[in-house]
Amino acid sequence: MQNTREQPLSPPSGFRPGDLRRKMRLSEDIIEATLFFVGFLTIFITISIVIVLGDQALLFFADPAVTVWEFISSTHWQPAIGEFGIWALVSSTLTTSAIAILVAVPLGLSAALYLSEYASPKARAILKPVLEVLAGIPTVVYGYFALLFVTPILQTIFGENIGVYNMLSAGLVMGIMILPLISSMSEDALSAVPRSLREAAYAMGATPFEASVQVVLPAALSGIGAAVIVGISRAVGETMIVAVASGATSKFTFNPLEAAETMTAHIARISGGDLSYNSVDYNSLFAIALMLFLVTLVLNLISQWVVSKFREQYE
Amino acid sequence: MAKYTYPQSQDLQNFVNARYRTAWVWQLVFLSALLIAILSLSALLLNVADGAFGYVVYEFKKDPATVSETPLAELTQPQLLALLQENLSKGAYTKLDKESPMEKRSRDELYNLLIERVIQIKIEKTYNLFDSLLHADVIRAEVAEKYPDATLEFRSWLTPAFLTTPMSSKAEFAGVRTALLGSLWLVAIAVALALPVGVGAAIYLQEYARKSFINNIIQTNINNLAGVPSIVYGMLGLAIFVRAMEAFTSGAIFGVTDSNGRTVLSAGLTMGILVLPLVIINAQEAIKAVPDSIRQAAFGVGATRWQTVWHHVLPSAMPGILTGSILAMSRAVGETAPLIIVGASTFISIDPASPFSKFTALPIQVYQWTARAQAEFHNIAAAAILVLLALLLTLNATAIFLRNRLQKRF
Amino acid sequence: MQPETPQYAIETRDLSIFYGAFEAVKGVNLNIEKGKITAIIGPSGCGKSTLLRAFNRMNDFVPTSRVKGEILLHGVNLYGKEIDPVEVRRRLGMVFQKPNPFPKSIYENIAWGARINGFRGNMDELVEESLRGAALWDEVKDKLKQSAYALSGGQQQRLCIARTIAIQPEIILMDEPASALDPISTLRIEELMQELKKNYTILIVTHNMQQAARVSDYTAMMMLYEDTRSGTVIEFDKTDVIFTRPTDKRTEDYVTGRFG
Repeated sequence: MQNTREQPLSPPSGFRPGDLRRKMRLSEDIIEATLFFVGFLTIFITISIVIVLGDQALLFFADPAVTVWEFISSTHWQPAIGEFGIWALVSSTLTTSAIAILVAVPLGLSAALYLSEYASPKARAILKPVLEVLAGIPTVVYGYFALLFVTPILQTIFGENIGVYNMLSAGLVMGIMILPLISSMSEDALSAVPRSLREAAYAMGATPFEASVQVVLPAALSGIGAAVIVGISRAVGETMIVAVASGATSKFTFNPLEAAETMTAHIARISGGDLSYNSVDYNSLFAIALMLFLVTLVLNLISQWVVSKFREQYE
Repeated sequence: MAKYTYPQSQDLQNFVNARYRTAWVWQLVFLSALLIAILSLSALLLNVADGAFGYVVYEFKKDPATVSETPLAELTQPQLLALLQENLSKGAYTKLDKESPMEKRSRDELYNLLIERVIQIKIEKTYNLFDSLLHADVIRAEVAEKYPDATLEFRSWLTPAFLTTPMSSKAEFAGVRTALLGSLWLVAIAVALALPVGVGAAIYLQEYARKSFINNIIQTNINNLAGVPSIVYGMLGLAIFVRAMEAFTSGAIFGVTDSNGRTVLSAGLTMGILVLPLVIINAQEAIKAVPDSIRQAAFGVGATRWQTVWHHVLPSAMPGILTGSILAMSRAVGETAPLIIVGASTFISIDPASPFSKFTALPIQVYQWTARAQAEFHNIAAAAILVLLALLLTLNATAIFLRNRLQKRF
Repeated sequence: MQPETPQYAIETRDLSIFYGAFEAVKGVNLNIEKGKITAIIGPSGCGKSTLLRAFNRMNDFVPTSRVKGEILLHGVNLYGKEIDPVEVRRRLGMVFQKPNPFPKSIYENIAWGARINGFRGNMDELVEESLRGAALWDEVKDKLKQSAYALSGGQQQRLCIARTIAIQPEIILMDEPASALDPISTLRIEELMQELKKNYTILIVTHNMQQAARVSDYTAMMMLYEDTRSGTVIEFDKTDVIFTRPTDKRTEDYVTGRFG
């Protein structure tokens, strides 16, 4: 030991076979266990969501005033007189989401194509942040925009046919809100297509446009499909735009010019008021939320699966 | 193979040119999508600015001259106090005194009270910014004809006082002080929950987890949680934090008595769970970006896994983790739906003082005011949006600054 | 030398290729004879692929790349201001190192290139003829509608050759076309090249000297300048000359395996 100072760089003298044996490191094990627990906590969140929503939803269906069949088949939702037909809320969720997707998919895809195929680095540096800002604006602000900017414009176009509250305005603005999401996911999909494919097209005498639209775009199609699915899931779950702009009456209609309440807007409105716990009304909200959760869960799972398949294809 | 099946010479030239023209046309089509995005963003911002400034037409219910002989603006604090005592009913005065002692209120507060409760401004009409700028003459003529006694004034609804005054049932006296403080409380609680848990989970998944069924489930589940609608988190918060854990979140077990579970703590925890997947995914990306050579170097000199993580991986990943966390914070600032569900109070004039306070938040205020029918509430909604956007801008600028400042290491 | 004589399919004049300030390939003068196979050999990183990709202007896609000197096709400089790189690439087909069929059917892989280039005629015939030309027809004639990804690597590469000859280029550029393939597939590609040279001029980059010796008529030997790390052609001659009695000592070292 006293020699260590004089020979700082020599290997330790004397090797015992036990030196390399695995040692007990209690603190390491505790840390790993803690980290695993923290990671596992996220699963606990999902389980809680299912239990909480499921439990209250069961209470709702257990109520004598409610039947499961009525819930999934009726088109009238009037808790005051004991009518709970989810279609009155689903119809407007479908309508607003469909409008949003019709706006967001073509625009988002075009934006992605422009950014990935045409834009110079300089143009990109300006255009990309615009989309990022759009993505960062709180949805309640989009609600304000829908009600106080888009609706008045629609009123000058459609006149008497359209009310202050309508699904068209909410859907259009929701489309703008989802646009950045679709565009950035599509861009990722486009850039994931290997260079060699693009080069193959160029080598055949394709113009850059032909290469991107006829070769790269079809190759990225499943990734773009995943983007659309996530977009749908976002539209279905979006609350504030519809709560502000599409009206507060549950009504079975697919006419975008009419006012109708979506599933999310209904939950927001009813729970925002004074509602006594454990009433049928209160429990019905959990049944709606459970449906929302399941629908978005399935959509997200499909999208993730598509994306992972897509990645595999090019790895 | 048959020759000359392809266009040749001049023919070819025209053919290629035609293909370039098609490409050019489509380029314009694609670009127009981005132009629509830019237009929408500009319209949105201008629409908010349009609402936040403009002409206001108002009348006094009581002529200020009948209340006091000296002009109101020159009155001192004691004089105002005397005037209020004189003109308010005893019950109303006692109630105000109970909220906060009248003697201790500042001159400005008393002045506002006098205007609000005694003089009683009545807003007849408000005009938006572009109307006010472009059609000032028309507005003046209209006001002179319809409201001969009224005062016409150009007003910014966003004022320093708007930031520092609490809620009021009258738009012209309302401010976002309580909402702003509520939002800050919310974000602080959400980050306190989500940051340690999120970074821990990310470390586990990136540095410890081997490929196994359970770890695969954890990863998939996190990606899914990121896509769960925020309103569902609101329902979760309502059932768990507001109701099941009421004794804790209301502060009852800490001796707080005058509260139920609808506190800023419940909302903050809900928000923390909502942004957790975001924090995890961002932290994972940051950890992934740390080059393997650093880990190998650490292991090479005999470090344990945790030593490697704590001394090398985390410090290198920190800028990315911080940036991601700030982005998660801005998500928490803007979320509205879960707050409605867990029960943000819409009318509240007392600052949140502890985690067990009732609260409101900026986006809640925007929602409430936008939903009101009177135009002047839309004006203060616009002003509140400007405050909200300014807060988000600050957060994002900080994130970008951090990213540029700290992330040039590799 | 008589540069304007028509027996040359393509010529380069003092061709230098830059990436930013770095001169990757310097001062190359090559006269590629028509209907022959010319191999470009040399150690890794000496700019073989860069040189090959300059011929059909694939380097245009590297933002910092730049070319000095000329490449002449029928006496026309391919880097002239008025030249359309799209048209250049149609006349100089390219086969890449890794097979890169489009994610479409076998049929579409060939038809697509023909279609965008304005093919007028019977597409089925063209597809068959191209596949026959690439010695692939018998293997795929019953599954033309199937995905090209279902083919083996060697078949994919022959499909890539088929789609290249479908657009009737004058010259086919091959960038180590067999390096990702097994020996049997490699052999088939080499046999195919012998067939193809009846109709096309072929330029092939290879790091496999036996392959160069087996298939090519001419060989260009590339080497790095010691000081600037730029690649250049140090010797260009008939293949048997290069492999049996090269004039340059470095060539001799390289082809006899003493390089390094």
